[in-house]
Amino acid sequence: MRKCKVENIYTLLGEISKNAKLYIPVDQVNGAKFTEYAEGLTLSNALKTERSIKDFFFPQTENLVDFKVSGKIIEIIDNRSEMEDFVIFGARACDVRSMEILDRVFLSEPVDTYYANRRAHGIIISMACNRPAETCFCSTFGIDASKPAGDIVCYKGENEYVFEGVTEKGKNLLEKLNAVTENGGEDTAKIVQTEIKTILDKLPLKDVKADKFGKDKTDKFFNAPEWKTLSEACLGCGTCTFVCPTCQCYDIKDFNTNSGVKRFRCWDSCMYSDFTRMSAGQPRPTQLERFRQRFMHKLVYYPTNNDGIFGCVGCGRCLSRCPISMNIVKVMKKLGEGDNE
Amino acid sequence: MNNVKEPLIPSIGVITDVRIDTPDVKTFRVVTPEGKKAFLHKPGQCAMLSIPGVGEAMFSITSSPTNTEFMEFSIKKCGCVTEWLHQAEVGQQVTIRGPYGNGFPVEEKFKGKDLLFIAGGIGLAPLRSVINYVRANRADYGKVDIVYGSRSKDDLVDYNEIISEWMTDDGINVHLTIDREQEGWTGHVGFVPAYVKELNFTTDKTAILCGPPIMIKFTLQGLLEMGFEKTQIYTTMELRMKCGIGKCGRCNIGDKYVCKDGPVFRMDELEELPDEY
Ligand code: SF4
Ligand code: FES
Repeated sequence: MRKCKVENIYTLLGEISKNAKLYIPVDQVNGAKFTEYAEGLTLSNALKTERSIKDFFFPQTENLVDFKVSGKIIEIIDNRSEMEDFVIFGARACDVRSMEILDRVFLSEPVDTYYANRRAHGIIISMACNRPAETCFCSTFGIDASKPAGDIVCYKGENEYVFEGVTEKGKNLLEKLNAVTENGGEDTAKIVQTEIKTILDKLPLKDVKADKFGKDKTDKFFNAPEWKTLSEACLGCGTCTFVCPTCQCYDIKDFNTNSGVKRFRCWDSCMYSDFTRMSAGQPRPTQLERFRQRFMHKLVYYPTNNDGIFGCVGCGRCLSRCPISMNIVKVMKKLGEGDNE
Repeated sequence: MNNVKEPLIPSIGVITDVRIDTPDVKTFRVVTPEGKKAFLHKPGQCAMLSIPGVGEAMFSITSSPTNTEFMEFSIKKCGCVTEWLHQAEVGQQVTIRGPYGNGFPVEEKFKGKDLLFIAGGIGLAPLRSVINYVRANRADYGKVDIVYGSRSKDDLVDYNEIISEWMTDDGINVHLTIDREQEGWTGHVGFVPAYVKELNFTTDKTAILCGPPIMIKFTLQGLLEMGFEKTQIYTTMELRMKCGIGKCGRCNIGDKYVCKDGPVFRMDELEELPDEY
């Protein structure tokens, strides 16, 4: 392990930013946000950024390709720009797991090369969660907030930051920082981990269980009567899907500009009524079906296709953001207690 | 740049022929700017066609894989992409990407079987690819029956090919029907499901259905009553699609993606999916 004194962290960040774009969590008007590093910026102490790190690999909107149309002739113009090296500092365990979940979608054949390039060019420095909050339930999905995954894992002790290189590219980056770090820090890392575990044990949502859900449980839950009451108040606003680190639905849209046509990919939401609407009909006519789709996908369909891994990471963003206070924890509790055999 | 081809970036296709099939169906012939077929495909697979600035949409490839020169798409006018295509002329370029979907198991399951094709309206389009594939590999397949119905004589897609090629082929029986009596029509009159029952087929055939949901529903009922098993019946689905590669989430039903795991499903597989299509 390598370590650096708390007061030297900005020197270290400055060093990283010399070779790649660096993003660090910074307090903004609407909460913490990953912000491009510049001298003078202060690291946020917030547990979570408002938006997950998904945005860096699968941006809300991105220009896929351009076209020039003249008469009957079409020209395809490739203007891709996702080949830039970047580093994210301070990603939490839940967000890092979400990348594994997205990888299984975007990196499976046929590979989404936009995402793949960003993954190849991005380095994630995760940070153990010093103060997990009452909306956190990552342990439900087997995530250890005291030992996140990532290319480099960082632990923040009282006096020092400790770094552990995990992947090849993480280790390489850490080596480049040798001038601003020194060997050691194992003890600090242990202390931090123990402290985190103590907090995790006291979290209000620590007993939320997902084991009733998972692989091949479609028949058990699809027609559950609970969906009706659960979905009744849902506004279909899509907020939960947008703050979700694992939601991956997208739309493809063209825009006519003066100089040609730009084709964009943008996030979409299964909570929206026009998501599946066709000229021939609407397979999900009411909010019940849309609501059910979102949660069935996270808790049943995704695990069925991905070795039982759940499509939720317990980050709790939907818990704090839904205008009607509906969320996946309530869904799991309600469906779990119902007798859906 | 990357060597892996990005699946969402299309290539250019040129419309080299437009055939008017019915008042609202046209068949478009598409090749690359070099005059070649854009890519290889299996019967029942689809392609994404787009007009930049108008949109992209999924269409089943109606021509047979055995046609090595070009692809054809029979397209019914409904929605903006199709409306735009309907006023396109020869020489118009479009974008094309694909092929998508699983296609019909012509090699794995259909070989050596007697085949019963049942189609309604534009539903003949995806089946045409299979029918012509079977015709091109005649020795591999048993007897072929085709039941095809539409509102009127004028709404029968590919009428000329049916009359001049399918009907004259050995071992192919074509049974046409239209919904209502029409001047100049001497053939059968009535709906497809009833006609299928009337024709009283032997139940050793593999049935392949495509058409409006209501036709599928009643035809299926009829076939089951006649003694067909669900494992003998195949159909192909239509859902809203965007990516075509199982990632955008649009065509998800249960743990399946129609664009990738479909659009062809066997009836017993289809019934295992949640009822959301
Ligand atoms: S945030 Fe809440 S109200 Fe909005 S779509 Fe999600 S569950 Fe429904
Ligand atoms: S069309 Fe995107 S998942 Fe099927």
